[in-house]
Amino acid sequence: MIEDIFPERCTGCNDCVTVCPDHVLDPGAAGAPPVIARVAQCQTCFLCELYCAHDAIYVAVEGAGTGTTLHHPTPLIGRLRHDYGWDGSTDDPLRAFWQLGPLLREGLEISAARHTRRQATALSEAATGQEGDEALSSRALGTTPKDPAA
Amino acid sequence: MKEMDADVLVVGGGMAAGWAAISAAKTGASVIVVDKGFMGTSGVTAPAGPNHWWVPPDPAQREAAIRRRLETAFGLADSKWMERIIDITWRSIPELDPYYPFSGDGKGGLFRSGLRGPEYVRALRRYATDLGVHVLDHHPALELLGRQDGSVGGAAGYDRLGGVSWHARAGAVVLATGGCGFRSGLIGSYSNTGDGYLMGVEAGAELSGMEFCISYSISPAWLSTRTLPYTGARYYDAAGAEIDVPAGVSRMREHLLVLADAFRAGPVYADLREAPKALPDVVRQIQPATVAAFERRGLDMFRDRFEVKLFGEGTIRGTGGLRIVDTGCATSVRGLFAAGDAATREHIAGATSGGGAQNAAWALSSGVLAGQAAAALARHEGKRAADEGLAPLGQAGLRPLAGMRPVDQKALQQTAGEEILDLDKALRRRATGLEASGRRLEGAWQEVSGHLVGKSLDAVAARETAAMVATARWCNEAALARTESRGMHVREDFPHISPLQAHRQMVGGLDRAWIRPDVAPQRQTKGHPG
Repeated sequence: MIEDIFPERCTGCNDCVTVCPDHVLDPGAAGAPPVIARVAQCQTCFLCELYCAHDAIYVAVEGAGTGTTLHHPTPLIGRLRHDYGWDGSTDDPLRAFWQLGPLLREGLEISAARHTRRQATALSEAATGQEGDEALSSRALGTTPKDPAA
Repeated sequence: MKEMDADVLVVGGGMAAGWAAISAAKTGASVIVVDKGFMGTSGVTAPAGPNHWWVPPDPAQREAAIRRRLETAFGLADSKWMERIIDITWRSIPELDPYYPFSGDGKGGLFRSGLRGPEYVRALRRYATDLGVHVLDHHPALELLGRQDGSVGGAAGYDRLGGVSWHARAGAVVLATGGCGFRSGLIGSYSNTGDGYLMGVEAGAELSGMEFCISYSISPAWLSTRTLPYTGARYYDAAGAEIDVPAGVSRMREHLLVLADAFRAGPVYADLREAPKALPDVVRQIQPATVAAFERRGLDMFRDRFEVKLFGEGTIRGTGGLRIVDTGCATSVRGLFAAGDAATREHIAGATSGGGAQNAAWALSSGVLAGQAAAALARHEGKRAADEGLAPLGQAGLRPLAGMRPVDQKALQQTAGEEILDLDKALRRRATGLEASGRRLEGAWQEVSGHLVGKSLDAVAARETAAMVATARWCNEAALARTESRGMHVREDFPHISPLQAHRQMVGGLDRAWIRPDVAPQRQTKGHPG
């Protein structure tokens, strides 16, 4: 969730108030940083950070599960906008995009092949004859999806 | 009160809305886009990166692609629609050249099938704006406005940054409000609360395919990201024992059943150390938000084992939505069109989800078709008299039937989400369970329609609550009425596909939900391309 708006970086342009899809922010007083008014509506999409030309916002990743919420560590300020290539560091931010689909398909094949191997091992250990052959063929890796949605 | 007037009013600000606005404006129509959030970040496309159904204009390739999809649509899709959607997608994406930073495809050409979300929706916004479209951010629509003859002639809503109501008169309205994710936490779906379904039904439209709402994506437990199944993940239980999870898009049900059992037993962990070697660098460059989800908790996603969760996708990755009656994406109500996840996707996906690529192609193409047809209708009808009375059509959350009283909206939203998204309820549907869900949802709907009311900014939340409860009720009614198993809809008490139910199913109604088989042939609309 949006954690901080750094007053020393914020210009008070209020662009983040507009770009937030979920109306988390209210404009601040003249020239002052916006107010994080409805943080419960923040879905941690990071898009305010992406649109902040001054890297004045940090979105912390909270919630249950593995890891610890890091509170705006300096190396991560502006990192997301840089990775997106929105900081002007590259003219061709999407040069690797064409590789993503094939890599994700490869990942899925790794999982599917592993599952098939395991089923085959389980079946040969159980040595159940006919029933096993049928089960094995119906579980064999058949289709490769065309669209691992990113 | 802010008064506006346009030939075409587009409600929504994602992919379908963008393409609808563009195609309407290209015909010379005046177009206003009203989005609940910001056209550029709103909806499920912006934080993702949709891959489109992308088949070159070679008859053999297209025929093969359509044949493959028909085989998995369980008899409810239509090859003519598929042909049209593939063609519109192929011809439309290159139009974004001046607005989107297309890069190489590794073979000397341009990679066009996949587009990254923030740049994609930004490109649609810029293209639309250059064509003269008037984009109004943070202008959630609260209700449609009806003419005396029963047609739709505009919408009304609230400008939440300006703090004033708005009222827009239009020759035609396109609902591109997205699907309903029931606030599951699915990234981008916070504002996708089924608003268009409720507004459409209030105007007299029907929904179709609402039983096909069983879709989940596995993500780190604390934040929804979208590509975990494609990373060669191994899964473990809390004791460290490996769980054998079936993989593959064609095995979605098995995948979910195994995971549902595992989650019932306790937390589940994923390990991505076997991911393709080149993946980490590419993910950082193309999906920085996925990396941030880990990095900001001190984790390395490709080295550290981490807890996972399934996020419900409702009618977003599910298929149902407003019923479309012709090839211009018109609903059965004159003046009202639907596109993207707000419309049913059964025409191309049938009883399955269709997956990301078909979904994106549908959002694009249904947007193009709806925009063109809406503009044509507005032109045909001419300007209606400025003083023609328009009646507000919104009910639940705006005009309670019984009497207003405080309503626990959070609890009602939770009921809606649980009855539809709970894994055991969704994967193991049977009459007894669906009837019990039906009673709870009916109670929630009585509460919402009887007593909930919001004014100004609170009206936005009230309508979201109303729409989620209404959507859950329609999904559940549809699941109860389809007494067979077809595609993603599996009934444990009716485990087989029934040839007698090889048709789409309409659902609608406010006071009383109703179900009807949809057996009428679809009309052709004049003037659609191809």
